[in-house]
Amino acid sequence: MNARLQMLASGFASIPITLFGLTLVTFLIGRVMPIDPVIAIAGDHAPPDVIAAVREQLGLDKPLFVQFWIYLQNLVHGDLGRSVMTTHPVTADIAQFFPATLELATTAIIIAILVGVPLGVFAAARQGSRFDHVVRVVSLAGQSVPVFVLGLLCLLVFYVKLGIAPGTGQLDVAYEGLVPRVTGMLVLDSALAGDWDSFWDALAHLAQPALVLAYFSMAYITRMTRAFMIESLSGEYIITARAKGLSSARILWRHAFGNIAVRLVTVLALAYAGLLEGAVITETVFSWPGLGLYLTVSLLNADMNAVLGATLVVGLVYLVLNLLADVLYRLLDPRVA
Amino acid sequence: MSGVLSREWLLSETPASRAHAAWVRRYRGWLLFRANGLAMVGLVTAAIMILASLAAPLLALQDPSAQDLAGRLAPPSAAHWFGTDELGRDIYARILYGGRVTLGMVVSVVLLVAPLGLAVGSVAGYLGGLADRVLMRVTDVFLAFPRLVLALAFVAALKPGITSAVIAIALTAWPPYARLARADTLTVRSSDFIAAVRLTGAGSGRIVLRHIVPLCLSSVIVRVTLDMSGIILTAAALGFLGMGAQPPMPEWGTMIASSRAFILDQWWVPTIPGVAIFVASLAFNLLGDGMRDVLDPRQR
Repeated sequence: MNARLQMLASGFASIPITLFGLTLVTFLIGRVMPIDPVIAIAGDHAPPDVIAAVREQLGLDKPLFVQFWIYLQNLVHGDLGRSVMTTHPVTADIAQFFPATLELATTAIIIAILVGVPLGVFAAARQGSRFDHVVRVVSLAGQSVPVFVLGLLCLLVFYVKLGIAPGTGQLDVAYEGLVPRVTGMLVLDSALAGDWDSFWDALAHLAQPALVLAYFSMAYITRMTRAFMIESLSGEYIITARAKGLSSARILWRHAFGNIAVRLVTVLALAYAGLLEGAVITETVFSWPGLGLYLTVSLLNADMNAVLGATLVVGLVYLVLNLLADVLYRLLDPRVA
Repeated sequence: MSGVLSREWLLSETPASRAHAAWVRRYRGWLLFRANGLAMVGLVTAAIMILASLAAPLLALQDPSAQDLAGRLAPPSAAHWFGTDELGRDIYARILYGGRVTLGMVVSVVLLVAPLGLAVGSVAGYLGGLADRVLMRVTDVFLAFPRLVLALAFVAALKPGITSAVIAIALTAWPPYARLARADTLTVRSSDFIAAVRLTGAGSGRIVLRHIVPLCLSSVIVRVTLDMSGIILTAAALGFLGMGAQPPMPEWGTMIASSRAFILDQWWVPTIPGVAIFVASLAFNLLGDGMRDVLDPRQR
């Protein structure tokens, strides 16, 4: 147990360095941009003394490492600067938009796990069968289809042609502002408020983007589950279990799947992190008011504070999820350490 | 003894020379690959797409930028096989030329990424110690961002366009290669033949370049093939978000972005480039899958 704690500690020791690198990268991206922040504020034809004053006010006359130090200090105080577009502090904006992304990504990962894991297990159990081939093609297609094309086609078919799904956004205009904001996740908030009309509407709006995102992630989960299961099923303990006359369902789920469950947890955490990336595009297509939409809208408006703030937060969440995967793996798998 | 490159020669159990042995190995790999139907479909599709985009000036019946506002948003017909877009340009010609843009981006990214990743990984793995720790820390930092998000931030800082998109994708794509090359280097570093080369007086540079890098190549090639579809998708996503190739240029993602408003009535206009992206990406995924089975049985 002691050795395992040590391993955990060594894993955690790298976090501050990676975090430092993360902030350094975002800081440097902000500094290489061709849009001069001084001119953006003072205007194109500002006299030289005004430009100098603005430059000093922004701290841009100081050496780069001093600027980075100030940036870090502000960061520790939760200050990511102000968004030009919304005029709010970027931190407040992110707090406003993040729950919607969390709602979308969590729903998507739940669907992806519920569908992807069984598909992978059964495909591995019948390796080489027609079912296996179909699963392989379906999951490869999921990794190959651009999320924005899938999203647009879904809107076309289910919203426009069939009329069975609501359009873009998180809620119908008629229901907007009726539910008090608690978590920022509308499905949860409306359920908490007991407003079931809003609940069903929010759920209906969630369905399409969540399914599109889930397909993207399910492809990866299915492929990994299948690969792990094939390896696990070729183990000698499976032959032993068969020889003992255990039912094939029991062998499949208890013996083979039980052995890969830990490794699968790591994959699932990584898939969840990967959803952040898919969310950026999905949110743009479905006008889902999350962090991804905030990021792309800020990008189009060259609102660099907002872009860098959102990038940093996404990087942070990504880092935490990766770390979680690592820690879970080390804690759950008795073979490690 | 039959002739060189005959089937018998290629399947020989007793190769006469090193070159012969290499050919036998390649031919066996090819037979294994050929047996995988899906991989062959991927190979053929990818080859057709590459050839078609290279021969775009010959195959395209119209100029991809010639506008015809009177005949805009026309459905597919004999004159315009895939119809026309919102400015009356021939979509078929734009898809072909768009293939060139996508292909060019993919090739440039790979040319930037593979050597960089190989260099960082093999040097880190071979030297070990402080160099290893520093290089791998840097790699971890770049791995700590989702690829598209970091690429978006880079492009926003650089200025939207193809060159920036290529640089941004390359900057976000190299870390896995470095990891891979490092792992491979670590496994061969302490082997006897490396010690033998060192005893003959070879310097670190020569050992890494001539003896370690060639051994890392096969896993890097597999990774490149599997990565192609990711690069295609990222390039298209950047184009779709307005951060990649800019509008007059026929790039698939950009084409979807500029015509997405017409999806309600002229659904084929944004859908056809979407299908092109899907087919290209699927082809490389199938191809990469097959290559992995042949070249790198460990990674299954």
